[in-house]
Amino acid sequence: MTGWVGRSLPRIEDPALLRGEAAFTADLAIGARAVRFLRSPVAAGRIAALRPPPDMPPGALFVTAADLPEAGPIRPMLHRFDYRAVEQPVLPRERVHFAGQPVAALVAPTAEMAEDLLDEAVFEVEAEEAVVDLDAALRPGAPLVHAVAPGNVAVEGALRQPGVEAAFAQAHRVVEFAFRSGRQNATPMETRGGLAAFDRATGRVRLTASCQMPHALRSGIAEVLGMPEADLQVVAPHVGGGFGQKMALFPEYPVLVWLARRHRGSFAWIEDRNENLTASAHSRDQRHALRAAFDAEGRLLALEAEILANVGAFSTWPVTCGVEPLMAFAEYPGPYKVPAYAARARGVLTNTCTMAPYRGVSRPVITFGIERLMDRAAAALGMDRIAIRRRNLVDSFPYRTATGMTLDEASYVEALDAAAALADIPGFRARQQAARADGRLLGLGVSVFNERTGYGTPAFAARGMGIVPGYEVVDIAMTPTGEVEARIGASPHGQGLATALSQIIADRLGMQPGQVRIVAGDTDRTPYGWGTFASRSAVIGGGACQLAADRLAERLRAAAAKVLQTTPAQVTLRDGQAFGANDASLPLAELARLAHWRSDLFEGFSLAETAAYDPGGTFSNACHVAEVEVDPETGGVRILRYLVVEDAGRIINPMIADGQVRGGIAQGIANALFEEVVYAADGTCLTGTLADYVVPSCAEVPEIELHHMETISPATVTGAKGLGEGGAIGAPAAICNAVSDALAHLGVDVAEFPATPPRIRALVRAAEASIEARP
Amino acid sequence: MKVAFTVNGAPREAEVEPRRTLADMLREECGLTGTHLGCEHGVCGACTVLLDGAPVRACLMFGVQAEGAAIRTVEGLAAPDGTLNALQRAFQAHHGLQCGFCTPGFLMLATWLLERPDKLDEDTMRHVLSSNICRCTGYQGILASVRAAAQELGRWAG
Repeated sequence: MTGWVGRSLPRIEDPALLRGEAAFTADLAIGARAVRFLRSPVAAGRIAALRPPPDMPPGALFVTAADLPEAGPIRPMLHRFDYRAVEQPVLPRERVHFAGQPVAALVAPTAEMAEDLLDEAVFEVEAEEAVVDLDAALRPGAPLVHAVAPGNVAVEGALRQPGVEAAFAQAHRVVEFAFRSGRQNATPMETRGGLAAFDRATGRVRLTASCQMPHALRSGIAEVLGMPEADLQVVAPHVGGGFGQKMALFPEYPVLVWLARRHRGSFAWIEDRNENLTASAHSRDQRHALRAAFDAEGRLLALEAEILANVGAFSTWPVTCGVEPLMAFAEYPGPYKVPAYAARARGVLTNTCTMAPYRGVSRPVITFGIERLMDRAAAALGMDRIAIRRRNLVDSFPYRTATGMTLDEASYVEALDAAAALADIPGFRARQQAARADGRLLGLGVSVFNERTGYGTPAFAARGMGIVPGYEVVDIAMTPTGEVEARIGASPHGQGLATALSQIIADRLGMQPGQVRIVAGDTDRTPYGWGTFASRSAVIGGGACQLAADRLAERLRAAAAKVLQTTPAQVTLRDGQAFGANDASLPLAELARLAHWRSDLFEGFSLAETAAYDPGGTFSNACHVAEVEVDPETGGVRILRYLVVEDAGRIINPMIADGQVRGGIAQGIANALFEEVVYAADGTCLTGTLADYVVPSCAEVPEIELHHMETISPATVTGAKGLGEGGAIGAPAAICNAVSDALAHLGVDVAEFPATPPRIRALVRAAEASIEARP
Repeated sequence: MKVAFTVNGAPREAEVEPRRTLADMLREECGLTGTHLGCEHGVCGACTVLLDGAPVRACLMFGVQAEGAAIRTVEGLAAPDGTLNALQRAFQAHHGLQCGFCTPGFLMLATWLLERPDKLDEDTMRHVLSSNICRCTGYQGILASVRAAAQELGRWAG
């Protein structure tokens, strides 16, 4: 071991990106025939006419469902929770289900020409009544988005533990909280896009795509098109962010692959920002109602949650439309001891863009719910807000939750206490009072949460998923010149995974990280694996790398023992050399050369190994504290201070870990205060540009103070826990608690986020009106 | 239409449709794909390049408007052998990038900041860099990188 793990090693990914030499999908697509999609302008309707432009120039193509008779639907499965198997046609024949749904593809030599031609295509649709929001979809007699889902409910989970009624009956206080979470778009800086290139020599297609799960995408496309999977290669080159949005099998990709096969050429679709904002995938459009029973000491006796998630028009492949409602259902209690739990979660279909997982999935929503509930309970019980949390946090491990998950070692109470101390709450209260005297409104908010990370197949299987992701496989080998190549199924898209994994491997083999090459994002060159999502790659990919490297180390020790005339147990690997018993040593490069070229000395020796890793999962945790100033005249919120105490177990590369937390918080701030996808009543998406969908800049995102705890997880081989999502999870609750605190004297309580200036103004106006109306 | 300009000091000519954007011309006619397109409507700033010394959104200009101009792109920052310049080194040292898609735009905007006659201060830096969007870093790494580069180059006020 040479201690690379734990160091803020500069990222090996950076130089090519900084020189502008790293290739993203669009960079590779130049010269391919351009594909643009004709998209439905209406949210619901019957297709009356669909015809190509009257004057199609040579080389132009117009592709509709009629051209793809062999293409099956995209139909993800869930074998539980009353799941209705909604299916999405690659291109629709009869009806459209949301504004933005691709209806036809138009191919031309350039994207400009394709867009010109699209204007001339004939698409007539008899518009039907669209159901856009939860109320409209659940109204008795509402039009059905899909006949297969009566009442527009696609998935439903319900649980009522014994003891819930009794707990409410004996409660000292029942606290309720109903709220709404606005719809968000993950908004990676690079939009989706794909280049499908036919290789005439082999008959294979290479799909280069901006995606997070290349192997699964390959499987999904092969299934939909009924083609041999071996005839398709999927490559994820440099990917400009994903955050969950790029996990799904979108209909555009099978169309590209079909075009390449049918027309024996190269076809590229590069999504524009309008398509990304309206027709890729959305998230977090939910409404929850909570009831909680507390005893006189502030002990939570029971929690009841009613969860409604607008899942859009279709079910996202492979995770299904159950992903958001069922995560809220399973994980609502979070880090708290909840002796009795009842919940009902429904995924509701509407004529809007389909939902997909987005950083944290439902956790930002449930954390908002339970953390706002804690503040309300503290007020109702006259308790301190930190004290009520401390009283209820899980403090002995392992802890089995109401929904059967096992919480491993964590630092829920310790992180809360540390954050509260760092925040200097008494000092803040004094400043708050002083500011109030000057007419300035300051507020402080806290959120505590845990984050389920690094979970393998058991967790996904428990959800009843038809396709069960979870494991990762790593193929590792040493080249004759002594570098190590690790081929991984995980597929990074900005996380710096290659750097982090090279640190793990270098430690196990006594090498420099620079001697390690990570091969990722190519189904031809990597073993089948699930990709990068759900805060899993450092834990599961990292665990598999560690196991594979240990096996390779055994082989190296055995080979070195032969050369050094000692036993493998006597051999240590360090500083790029194998050392024997009496300090005799051999450079690993020399050993590698011998192993490959003089294998006769080693009885057919090889320096290749494979390892798989499939852990049960672990829980990171954190406490966020936000200090804000609210301008009651404009409704604007300024974040004055943002503090995090984070525990993600063993940190592999602190710089990268901090970057994940900070980036997550920026997206959580966006979720708390700025970003919202808005639909008109007829199902037209009103936020189709970045001028309408407000992504915060560095003027809105403050410096973030980060403090780490390291509770080494016994649940993972590296001791590391994932942390990719936590920042996004904790921020909406902390900020909205702070906003509510700033406005508490008016009786304002934030129950809808993002807490945009118009919403805060409306709350302030209503509060002032009700104060004036008092006798 | 034929357009003549220089990119990163080298004279170039391109035959472009009048409606083709500067960004598309740089990417497709000149093969300079380091300039990225994040929104194509002037909000995100990923396509920022320097045109006659000033930062512009390459998606909001036509290629033909570059006639006679001196354009600088991200490809011109490092030495010909690939050695990173001070700003690029600072981005690597201070984690100023994650996925790297917005990075060329931030680098060009920061290059302009560092070359202005006035030394750079915190408020100006934050104000100018708020022109561009990054989705990964939360900006702290970007600000730290530009601050560090300014300090190294003797361009930091204070």
